[in-house]
Amino acid sequence: MKLEALRAKLGYQAMLLGSVALLTSAALAFASLVTGPDIKAAEEADLKQSLTQVLPGSYDNELLKDTVTLPGADGEVLAWRARNKGKVEAVVYRVTGYGYSGAIVCVMGISREGKILGVRVIKHAETPGLGDKIEPAKADWIHSFAGKWLGEPPIDKWAVKKDGGVFDQFAGATITPRAVVKAVKEGLQFFDANKMQLLDEAGEGK
Amino acid sequence: MNEKYGRITREGIWDNNVVFAQMLALCPLLAVTSTATNGLGMGLASTAVMLLANIIVSSVRHLISPEVRIPVYIVLIATLVTLVDMSLNAWAHELYKVLGLFIALIVVNCAILGRVESFASKNSVPDAALDGLMMGMGFTLALVALGGVREILGSGTLFANAHLLLGSAFAFLEITIIPDYKGFLLMILPPGGFMALGFILAAKRLYDRRRAERAAAVVAVAGQEA
Repeated sequence: MKLEALRAKLGYQAMLLGSVALLTSAALAFASLVTGPDIKAAEEADLKQSLTQVLPGSYDNELLKDTVTLPGADGEVLAWRARNKGKVEAVVYRVTGYGYSGAIVCVMGISREGKILGVRVIKHAETPGLGDKIEPAKADWIHSFAGKWLGEPPIDKWAVKKDGGVFDQFAGATITPRAVVKAVKEGLQFFDANKMQLLDEAGEGK
Repeated sequence: MNEKYGRITREGIWDNNVVFAQMLALCPLLAVTSTATNGLGMGLASTAVMLLANIIVSSVRHLISPEVRIPVYIVLIATLVTLVDMSLNAWAHELYKVLGLFIALIVVNCAILGRVESFASKNSVPDAALDGLMMGMGFTLALVALGGVREILGSGTLFANAHLLLGSAFAFLEITIIPDYKGFLLMILPPGGFMALGFILAAKRLYDRRRAERAAAVVAVAGQEA
């Protein structure tokens, strides 16, 4: 009975709301503190995994720490460099295409000769069952880029078959693969334009 | 006593099912059920939050003033969802990559606030826990049923990618129902969700009505004999 009288008081209600807010904030702050390092480690492992997927072979440097930032077509591009004995063997960076439902973020690895080592989609919101065939878990399509460069196929064939190019589109989804092909092509052009800085050879007096 | 638990179970799973009877939580329902696996993931995560929210609210129900109960419940539920989100991200990262999108959606699931308000705030902790669990199971059932129908009609498969959610031991669940199926886009997009839901609802109503008619007939016959 005493509790019921207390519950009706304005002061009690304010206290109640205040203490609930305080307790939940404390719980969240504590959980954030506990999970923070694990989440960061898991995200770094994710990043490393997605980078190494497009980088076959082994390299002797700390990939995640060897980065260079260059101005690109839509803002700055952060590139990771894989080296052997100090020489840059391959670079990895993100490219973004705009598909049926927003940005499709891919990572692509390019060898120092300018050939594609691999492409992976890391983030997209394309239609499930149609556009999501760009994921390697759903279809092999994304592997068709490996070994390609701007001369093979020739630059005007860097498009989906519907647009006169060489890359397959999916049944019921053309916009998505078109966006990925365009992003990859632009990624290769970015490599050509910034080769010296990407390969860390600017100082060698070429 | 057992009768009461049986009633709570039946209410949660069938008679008062979150989706099929209360028509709540349709927003996450239609958003995620393009495949049965997505539905299952969303269902399990929602069940966990529903269970915990019911237990917590039920155990502090005497302390909460009725005037400020709604903000208190919402803060509690939002905190629970965030905690689940953070712990999955940290300790079950593979699962989080599949479910991540759905977890935040649980906060806007009005069914959870609904159960807390209409059941947990008036009943004892064990009752509330069972109610949360059963309502969650009923929701999961609805999600998997709708996801399954849409997946079979839309992509010709069932439980595709279940191994990403449940681990490779459950890869046997992945069945191709219709080989070489070209897909039926409408069923995967939201309008297909509305249509499939409509047909499932109609089927449930029809079944429940037939059952009620049969029960009424049995009572009538018994009445005549007496």
